[in-house]
Amino acid sequence: MDSKTVFEKSRPGRAGVAVPNYWGADDNAGSAGIPEAMRRAKAPALPELSECDVTRHYVGLSQKNFSVDTQFYPLGSCTMKFNPRINEKVAALPGFAGCHPLAPASMCQGSLQLMYELQQYLAEITGMDAVTLQPAAGAHGEVTALFMISRYFHDKGEPRTKVIVPDSSHGTNPASAALAGFQVVTIASAPDGSVDLEALKASLDGSVACLMLTNPSTLGLFESKIEAITELVHGVGGLVYYDGANMNALMGLVRPGDMGFDLVHLNMHKTFSTPHGGGGPGAGPVGARGELVDYLPGPVVRQGDKGYELTAMPHTIGRVRLFWGSFAVLAKAYAYIRSLGASGLRQASEMAALAANYMRVRLHERYHVPYDTFCMHEFVLSADRMKAEKGVHAVDIAKALLDRGFHAPTIYFPLIVEEALMIEPTETESLETLDAFVDALLEIADEEAETLHSCPLNFSVSHLDETKAARKPVLQWPEA
Amino acid sequence: MSYLPHTADDRSHMLQTIGAASVEDLLQPIPERLRLLRPLKLPEAQNEYDLLQHMKALAAANTDVGANIFVGGGAYNHFIPAVTEMVTSRSEFLTAYTPYQAEASQGTLQTIFEYQTMICRLTGMDVANASVYDGGTAAADALIMAANKTRRRLVYVSQAVNPQVRQVIATYLAGSDIEVRELPIEQGMTVLPELTKEVAAVMVQIPNFFGIVEDGPSFCAKVREAGALPIVAVGDAVSLAMLEAPANYGAAICCGDAQALGLPLSFGGPYCGFLACKQELMRNIPGRLVGITEDRHGKRGYCLTLQAREQHIRREKAASNICSNQGLCALAVTVYLSLVGPKGLQQVARGSKLAADALKKALGAIDGFSVEFAAPTFNEFVLRCPKGRAGEILDYLAQHGIIGGCALGQDYPELSDCLLLCCTELTKPEAVERYAALLRSWVSENAQEGKA
Repeated sequence: MDSKTVFEKSRPGRAGVAVPNYWGADDNAGSAGIPEAMRRAKAPALPELSECDVTRHYVGLSQKNFSVDTQFYPLGSCTMKFNPRINEKVAALPGFAGCHPLAPASMCQGSLQLMYELQQYLAEITGMDAVTLQPAAGAHGEVTALFMISRYFHDKGEPRTKVIVPDSSHGTNPASAALAGFQVVTIASAPDGSVDLEALKASLDGSVACLMLTNPSTLGLFESKIEAITELVHGVGGLVYYDGANMNALMGLVRPGDMGFDLVHLNMHKTFSTPHGGGGPGAGPVGARGELVDYLPGPVVRQGDKGYELTAMPHTIGRVRLFWGSFAVLAKAYAYIRSLGASGLRQASEMAALAANYMRVRLHERYHVPYDTFCMHEFVLSADRMKAEKGVHAVDIAKALLDRGFHAPTIYFPLIVEEALMIEPTETESLETLDAFVDALLEIADEEAETLHSCPLNFSVSHLDETKAARKPVLQWPEA
Repeated sequence: MSYLPHTADDRSHMLQTIGAASVEDLLQPIPERLRLLRPLKLPEAQNEYDLLQHMKALAAANTDVGANIFVGGGAYNHFIPAVTEMVTSRSEFLTAYTPYQAEASQGTLQTIFEYQTMICRLTGMDVANASVYDGGTAAADALIMAANKTRRRLVYVSQAVNPQVRQVIATYLAGSDIEVRELPIEQGMTVLPELTKEVAAVMVQIPNFFGIVEDGPSFCAKVREAGALPIVAVGDAVSLAMLEAPANYGAAICCGDAQALGLPLSFGGPYCGFLACKQELMRNIPGRLVGITEDRHGKRGYCLTLQAREQHIRREKAASNICSNQGLCALAVTVYLSLVGPKGLQQVARGSKLAADALKKALGAIDGFSVEFAAPTFNEFVLRCPKGRAGEILDYLAQHGIIGGCALGQDYPELSDCLLLCCTELTKPEAVERYAALLRSWVSENAQEGKA
C-alpha cells in the first residue's frame, strides 16, 4: 500500500461531490462588497479527487490502523473497552445531530433532557452533588476543576498557591495545575507504590489548594489509606481532586464522594465506552460537592417550570468551551449507562479486575511485576530484568506484540517503574483473547534480543526514525 | 446488556488461576466501610431495542426545523457529504487510540498530517496542530502562545470576537499572569488603540461576530508595528474560501473552529478547534503535531513529533495540558475538504453569502426593521427590530418552525433590540422569502392589534 498523500493524488478539475447550489454561486458571484484587499487572491490549494478516489484513499488509510474493533488493545490507563455500535447509532439520530446549540430551549427539549439525566447519573455514580458536562476531555476536566478550586479559595480570601501530585500521576495532572496558575509539588510514592503519608504530611500547609489523586493509582492498585489521605488534606483546609481516568475499576463498588474527594472528572471515552477516535473527541464531565457546586462552569441543565433549561451556577467560573458540551459523545455515554444499568456497571468493574488479575498471575513468573498484589483494573510489568539480562527494552516488547497482532500496552508509564509495560485488558475481552495475549508475551520473553530489535516487520512501515522527524520537522505537504 | 464475554466456567477458571475464591477477594484492598452496599440509583438496564425507542423519543422531542436554521453564532448548518460520515464511522479510525504506536497507526497519523496541511493551506500558515477542543479553547491557546513567545503579559481581544470565545479566554487566563483587555467596537468593527510595548498580542475575529469582514491588513500592520503578534480568529471557517488567508495579510496566529467544514451541529459538539501559526511560533504551539519521517528502509512514514512540548514528557513545564484532542472531528474535516475541493468550498462560501445578502436585503426593507451595520458581511448580519420586540419575534418565528436568529442583548446591551442572523448554502431562496413573509405578517398582525 502506498503512503502518498491525498495532495499527490489530486488532479485539477476533479470533484468529490456536487455541493448544493441554490443561488447561482458560480465563479465571481457572491463576493460583492468585500474589500479587494480581503478577497482571496488564490483559491486554497485543496485536493481535487473523485468521490471514489477519496473513499479509496481514506478507507485504505484506515486499514493501516490497529483499533479496538480489529485488535486487542490493552493500553494501560486508556480503558480501550469495546465501543457498542448502538451508541453510535443513537448519537447520530437526525433529531440530535441536526439540533443547533442556539435553538430556543423549547426546540431542544430532548437534548436538554438527555443532558439533565446524564448529570444525575454521573453524580450518583461518583457520589457528587452536581455535575457539569462542559469539559471536552479528561485534561480539560482537570483544568476545569482547578479553575474552580482557584476561584473558590480566592473568594474565601485565602488564595492558595500549591497543588500536590504524586510522582506516579498522569502527566496531565501537573500540566493542568500549571495551566490554572498553581505551583506543582510532586511527592514521591511509598515503596509499595501508594501515597507516602509522611511525604504527604511534610508537603501540607495552609498554602496547599489541593491534592490530585488517581484511585486506583496508575499502578492499578487501590489506595487503601484513602480516608487518611483525604483527612490529612482537609485538615489543612485543602481539597482533594479525583482524576477519574481509572474509574472503570470502581463503578458501583465505591464512590469518590464516599472516599472524601471534593471534585472529580470522568472520562466518557474510557469508563463509559465512547470510542477514542484516534485521539478524540472525548468528554470529561466534572462533579463537585458542597460549596464547590456553585463554582461549576456553565451553563448546566436544570428542570424549570417550562421544561429543561440552561442555567449558570451562582459563583460559576464561567465557560471552559463553546456551547454546552460535546453532546454527541455525551449521548453515547448516556446510552451506555442506560444499557448496563446499576448491576451491569458494577459487573463491568468486577470483570475488569478479574481479567487484570488473571493476566498478572499468568505473567508474574516470567515477567517482573514490581507491585505483585491484588490489582484492580490494570497492572504494571517491568522489563528491567530483561534489559539487564539481554538488552531487551519495553519498547522492543511493544513492537513484538504488534507483529503478533496485539496492540502494545502503555510503555514507560508510570514513571516510577523502570521499563514499564502497563496492561489494562478491560472487561469486554474474552478469556481466549486474554490467554492469546499472555501466550504471546511469554513467547516474546524467550526471543533473542536481536529478533526483537528488528520488530515490527508486519506493517506498511518498519521502525520509524523519530529523531529525524524532530530534527527537521516537515509538518505539512509542500504546495506544488 | 453489559458486553461481558465471561461464562461461569471462565470466571471460575480465572479465579482458580489467581488463587481467589471469589471476585470479592480481589476487592479486599477497598476498605469495607467505604464500599457502596446498595445498587446505584440508575434506570433499569434496557435492551438494545428499547434503548433505541427511548433515544428516538428523546430525539423527537427536539423540534425538526429542516434547513430553517437562521442562526450561526459559532455553529453553522452546512452540507455534509455521505462519505464524510462513512469514513469517520470506519472501525479502524473510530475505535483507535492516540497514535503512540506509529507503525500500527499510520492511517491516523497520515490523516492528521493531511489535516495539518489543509489547515495551513486555508489559513496560509506554516504550522497547524492536530486539533484542540474547539474555537474557544483554540483562542485561549493562541493568546497563551503569543504571551509565551513575546514574554509580554498584556493581550487585547476585540469585543467583536464571539462572546462565548471571550468567556472561554477569561476563564482560561483568570489564574494566569496574563492580563486580558477588551477592545471597543464602533459600527460593529474593532477600534484599535495606540499599542504600548507591553502588548503581546491583539485578537480580532474575521468575519467577526456580527458577520463583518474587518480590515485584516491594516489591523495586522498596526499590531506588528507595536512589536505585538496579530491573531486572527475565524468566524464561519467556510469564509476562508472567499477571504484572504490570514497569514497573507500579516497574521501570526490563526485560530477558530472547523465545525463548518463537515461536522454536524449536534447541539454544540464535538467540534474541532484549529490552531495554526507562522514558523517562528512552531515550538510554542500546544497539542500534537505529526511529521514526515522514514523507516529503516528509507520508506516514507508519519509519526508524532516535537513531543517535548507535551504534558506526557514535560509534565508541569509543558506548553499545555492537552492530551485527548478532537481527532475524529479533524478526520471529518479532512475528508470533507478532500471531497468539496477548492471549487466546491468556494461555491459553499458564495452560496452562503448570496443567501445572507438576499435575506439582509429582504428583511431590511420591512417596515420597522433595519440592517444595523453598513460594513460588508459574509454570511451573518445584525438586524434591528422594533423596540423591545426582538424576543417576541424569535418566539413568533419559532412557532412557525424557524430558528430566526439569536438575541444579542445579553452580550451587547446596546443591541438589545437586535438579532444576529445567518444563512448557509443550504438556505433556499424560498426559505428567505418565507422568513420575510412571516416578518411582514408579524408587522401587520401587530399593527392591527395596535389599532384594536
